[in-house]
Amino acid sequence: MTPVATPFFFYMLAAIMVIGSILVITRKNAVHSALALILTLLAQAALYLMLYAPFVAGVQIILYAGGIMVLFLFVIMLVNIDRAEKERAFNKQWVVGSIAALALGGLFISVYVKGKAIFPANPRPGAEGQNTQLIGTMLYGQYMFPFEIASLLLLVAIIGAVVMAKKRI
Amino acid sequence: MHQFVEYVLLYLSSDKTPGSAGNMFWAFVYIILIFTGLSVAVIAMNWLERKILAHMQVRLGPMRVGPHGLLQPIADALKLLLKEDIMPAEADGFVFWIAPLLVVLSAFTVFIVVPFGPTHAVTDMNIGVLFMLGVSSLSVLGIVMAGWASNSHYPLIGALRSSAQMVSYEVAMGLAVVSVILMTSLNATGTGTLSMIGIVQAQQSQGIWFIFKFFPLGLIGFFIFAVAMVAETNRAPFDLPEAESELTAGFHTEYSGFRWSLFFLAEYSAMIAVSSIAVTLWLGGWLRPFSNLLGGSTWELVFSFFPSLTFLFLAGMCFYSTARMPKHPYFRIQTLGLAGFGVVLGLIGLVLFVTPVRLRVQDIYWFSAKVAAFMYLYIWYRGTFPRYRFDQLMKVGWKVLLPMSLGVLILTAMVPILGPIIWQHIQHLL
Repeated sequence: MTPVATPFFFYMLAAIMVIGSILVITRKNAVHSALALILTLLAQAALYLMLYAPFVAGVQIILYAGGIMVLFLFVIMLVNIDRAEKERAFNKQWVVGSIAALALGGLFISVYVKGKAIFPANPRPGAEGQNTQLIGTMLYGQYMFPFEIASLLLLVAIIGAVVMAKKRI
Repeated sequence: MHQFVEYVLLYLSSDKTPGSAGNMFWAFVYIILIFTGLSVAVIAMNWLERKILAHMQVRLGPMRVGPHGLLQPIADALKLLLKEDIMPAEADGFVFWIAPLLVVLSAFTVFIVVPFGPTHAVTDMNIGVLFMLGVSSLSVLGIVMAGWASNSHYPLIGALRSSAQMVSYEVAMGLAVVSVILMTSLNATGTGTLSMIGIVQAQQSQGIWFIFKFFPLGLIGFFIFAVAMVAETNRAPFDLPEAESELTAGFHTEYSGFRWSLFFLAEYSAMIAVSSIAVTLWLGGWLRPFSNLLGGSTWELVFSFFPSLTFLFLAGMCFYSTARMPKHPYFRIQTLGLAGFGVVLGLIGLVLFVTPVRLRVQDIYWFSAKVAAFMYLYIWYRGTFPRYRFDQLMKVGWKVLLPMSLGVLILTAMVPILGPIIWQHIQHLL
């Protein structure tokens, strides 16, 4: 099916993402921040759909919105929010933070300016019904080694978490 | 106008889902049909659950409103709509308001990929199963939000239990699903598929339902999914998030009236959704049973009469009960109502005998019949099993189901490669 009103949907999703991420850092209540983050992640999943990457969109929803954010909320809900709101943030990192933000912004602007030379004008998406299969063959063919390294790292993280959390194994 | 009629009629001759044919009108019609059908199914489930549970406990259940309490769900719905809608003073207003909406939304959205037949689905996605699992896992967010926003202890504990339970059972569930995806790749083309229609077509072309594939493996995978899906939908014996003896009503303690009924609606439609995943993945979706054993055009014809026969049987049951109603004038309206219900069912049964209707409807019938069997199982579990303790629940999830599903996954990946080799060696020895 040919896409309909692509610019409208893109700007809508982009606006949701920007507003959501601003809400994440401005809300005092941690649960509200987490909910705004979920909104941002869902809008991002929809953007992946617009880029003809349904598999990535599905994984984004399952992992981030359905898995990681539920655990975030799980931890935040156990915190006494009334007290946490009154306490002053003790990590004064706004200098480092703003430098990092400026660097990232500079990167985005440079990509925006020079993007036409770097990226092909009309990237050819794979066949619409074949996205999952294409990712599978790439991940287990061309990019086998990085994939295995990533899974090894995750395994180390899992074992580390178990070792740190459990006193007696 | 003429163009529009042509546009509408064009779809009827195609053999695609409205989504893949790109037909907006029929997609809209299908969405409305599924929405109404689902709401009616939830209402029917409400009545059936009370009735069947009552009979399991040697009671009668609802008998007052309408013949055999048939109008009880409508009375319940009216009561819920008219009830006062209370929001606790200390609650977090916005989150409290949006939580039931989120739960209902995620429970209904998954139905756009459920294949009621080869053409009877709103759309067919390349990531069908993934979409269903992902969107239905969003409902836990709504539950957690509801529990937290109520700003009260029981709901919070219910929400915490619910999130812990759903996250841990999703792992085993996902691994069981992956073992089926591996089986779909055994087609002649050699690539598997995540599309719901594609999975059923794989079972059709391999000539076997995946529950019987690699004999114990498919069955164990199905068993793991069947346990995990009860836990995912927070139903007995895994209904700890709303355990009434410990937490009054769990995460929806503070909800009343219409908002509470949204949670109710979401719970039952989520049950139907996970059951239809199980039916699609393991029980052949819309395929009729015994297609290998009782093949051929004669049996095809016989099996296509099943939908109308079912409706005629139900109509007959209605007439039988009409005859057994007490003769007192107090029951006259109820007797007439039951007879009228029987006439309506009988007419539906007769319409289903017409050949084009019969051929178009039989897929939907087999799919719904399999899902209905699961719905009965849910009620049966609730009437049979005592509730788990929370540590037992976690033990079952992480120490039993997860290793089992990992084992099934590894064996399913090995069998199609090692199986033929081992078989050759055995034949060589003989």
